[in-house]
Amino acid sequence: MNAPAGAAGTPEPFLSVRDLRVRFSTEDGTVHAVDGLSFGLERGRTLGVVGESGSGKSVTALALMGLHDRRTASVTGEVLLDGHELTGAPEKKLERLRGNRVAMVFQDPLTALSPYHTVGRQIAEPFVRHTGASRRQGRLRAVEMLGRVGIPQPARRVDDYPHQFSGGMRQRVVIAMALVCNPSLLIADEPTTALDVTVQAQILDLLGDLRQEFGSAVVLITHDLGVVAGTADDVLVMYAGRAVERGPVREVLRDPQHPYTRGLLDSVPRLSSDPEEPLVPIPGAPPSLLVPHPADGSRAPDGGGPLRGCPFLPRCAFSGRVEGGDRCRTERPVLPAGRGAACHLTERQRRTAFAEEARPRPGRP
Amino acid sequence: MEGDTTARADLGAAGRGAGRGEPLLRVEGLAKHFPVMAGFPVRRRVGAVRAVDGVDLTVHAGEVFGLVGESGCGKSTTGRMIARLTEPTAGTITYRGLDITRLGRRRLRPVRSEIQMVFQDPYSSLNPRQTVGTIVGGPMEVNGIDPPGGRGRRVRELLETVGLSPDHVNRFPHEFSGGQRQRIGIARALALNPRLIVADEPVSALDVSVQAQVVNLLREVQRDLGVAFVFIAHDLAVVRHFSQRVAVMYLGRIVEVGDRDSVYSRPRHPYTHALLSAVPEPVARDGAGPGPDGEGGGGSVRERIRLAGDVPSPADPPSGCRFRTRCWKARERCAAETPPLVRLEGDAEGHLTACHFPEEPTTAARGGDVVLDPAPTTEPHPGTSP
Repeated sequence: MNAPAGAAGTPEPFLSVRDLRVRFSTEDGTVHAVDGLSFGLERGRTLGVVGESGSGKSVTALALMGLHDRRTASVTGEVLLDGHELTGAPEKKLERLRGNRVAMVFQDPLTALSPYHTVGRQIAEPFVRHTGASRRQGRLRAVEMLGRVGIPQPARRVDDYPHQFSGGMRQRVVIAMALVCNPSLLIADEPTTALDVTVQAQILDLLGDLRQEFGSAVVLITHDLGVVAGTADDVLVMYAGRAVERGPVREVLRDPQHPYTRGLLDSVPRLSSDPEEPLVPIPGAPPSLLVPHPADGSRAPDGGGPLRGCPFLPRCAFSGRVEGGDRCRTERPVLPAGRGAACHLTERQRRTAFAEEARPRPGRP
Repeated sequence: MEGDTTARADLGAAGRGAGRGEPLLRVEGLAKHFPVMAGFPVRRRVGAVRAVDGVDLTVHAGEVFGLVGESGCGKSTTGRMIARLTEPTAGTITYRGLDITRLGRRRLRPVRSEIQMVFQDPYSSLNPRQTVGTIVGGPMEVNGIDPPGGRGRRVRELLETVGLSPDHVNRFPHEFSGGQRQRIGIARALALNPRLIVADEPVSALDVSVQAQVVNLLREVQRDLGVAFVFIAHDLAVVRHFSQRVAVMYLGRIVEVGDRDSVYSRPRHPYTHALLSAVPEPVARDGAGPGPDGEGGGGSVRERIRLAGDVPSPADPPSGCRFRTRCWKARERCAAETPPLVRLEGDAEGHLTACHFPEEPTTAARGGDVVLDPAPTTEPHPGTSP
């Protein structure tokens, strides 16, 4: 397995994920939701994980937090946080980390908060638990955090219940709760998807400010390339449970290397593109990640995922250009370390292919 | 699909020929107040949520009228009232010269077949126990319509129109993906050859790559069949891609309406302006030279307006201009007087704005955007690229 770390000789990144696999057994077979994912993340950086529904991005987030039910999900691979192995770690150890060093912001603030407890109590809970502070100190800390995330009159609002807040304010409460112990890793799973655009802008700004203030590493999971463009340093594009492209945000958006990333960027309607031009969708739909129970016996030779070759092959317009005919079907493309894409096209083939199939991009005649 | 002409086609042509004289749909002073009940043991009406509070709009034949706004602005309620699924509290809805606001069930029936609806969630708007054939053929059955060649044939035609295989008639909704289900919903809406489709967030539940497929399908349907749309969505970029005219709603009222290009490139209402600037675009952010897109750096210096606070409750909306509590230009007059929806000097015909202190029309080709609060870059501005 090739290490995700950048240049040779650099120490282990703060968060290092290697060959992460998450499988769920269901009545019909095994779902390979995450299928060999590797990445690294340094302190103070934001990694955007982009993908469509079913690409495995949220499952990855839960795996990082150790939140999968061990009875139904099998999590293998390596998740190293500052040198500590998280996969398969005892629940006690995970409990000490969760909410303390690793925290999570969920998509829907209404279901992430308990309706029966005041927001102050919910924010203080992890603080009291992990630092051994008194409840009184916890309350003070909650007031402080509410102020930090920009809730007006925090000393008064601390005793309010979640239903007394609007959607954007609730998400601020959830963020306050996540940051109360100064976590070194913050995982935000679609933190703004449930919010309106004007509020989304506020929350993204807030996350950016807080990251600078706390110096946390942030994993930002989203389906929205626009959100990633404005917030993340690096981006990891996921498709069918695998990472297909990675690199600095700017480079990936300007010069996508994987046909999927390119297709995704083309299909987004933009305010700057010609509205008379039809959008350029990616044909078809993502593949199923289900491997039926071995009644017919034919399991992939690596004992792994449902797809032996490239998962994007059925929707890819460029596979015909790959030398060696069947490679896209038979050989799983590897995502190189650093900037790159998991695709069999060589750099030159890709450049000519993308140039020849030039699509009306924004601003182009 | 050009050759696939039905009666629809000449209707569309007739609509275009008639120009803007006679609108297909005219909505005036439309309002919906949901009562707020409280008290025990006797529940009394203690107030009202003014979901929609005085909306005027017109939709011409074959035209796509986009309705944008954030959640709770009343756009869906407006759509449902137009389709007569929700009873209005006040106002009138005139469809093809006929006042349908209070029409009874029987007299409404012919109108119902002409105004159809596409819903947001393709999972809950299709009956899971019916086959696709039954679902798409349902409207014909209810209305007792027997098209030439039979209902079965028409259903197959419709499935083909929306890009599904006609052989799928006997399948159930769960066998389809989200995008395909939305296609089924569109086929059902087309079954009665409607003149107007109210589409309420039809693509917001779909992934981007699939969303583009459905938006393109809607465009084809509109162009080839000449169906008019009231297209309700919160995504400004999607609305821009599909609509000819656009209305922006805020707290139950239209704050700005006009031709698409006029509204998007020269917004006059501060809210429209803020809304447009808040849309995150997948464009590389820093100003390190124009990207390969050759946008002249337009994307990299997008203005940003940070709106403070949240939308106030529609149960107790602010006096005067409803946006004033979040507006950076608000003055005393905004609280005292409700700004009328009027055409401002320098705006195109049909571009109406409800604001006392409107934004300057930025006539200088707003190819990208203006810079109000640019990202901190030292790179030069748009226009410097060759």
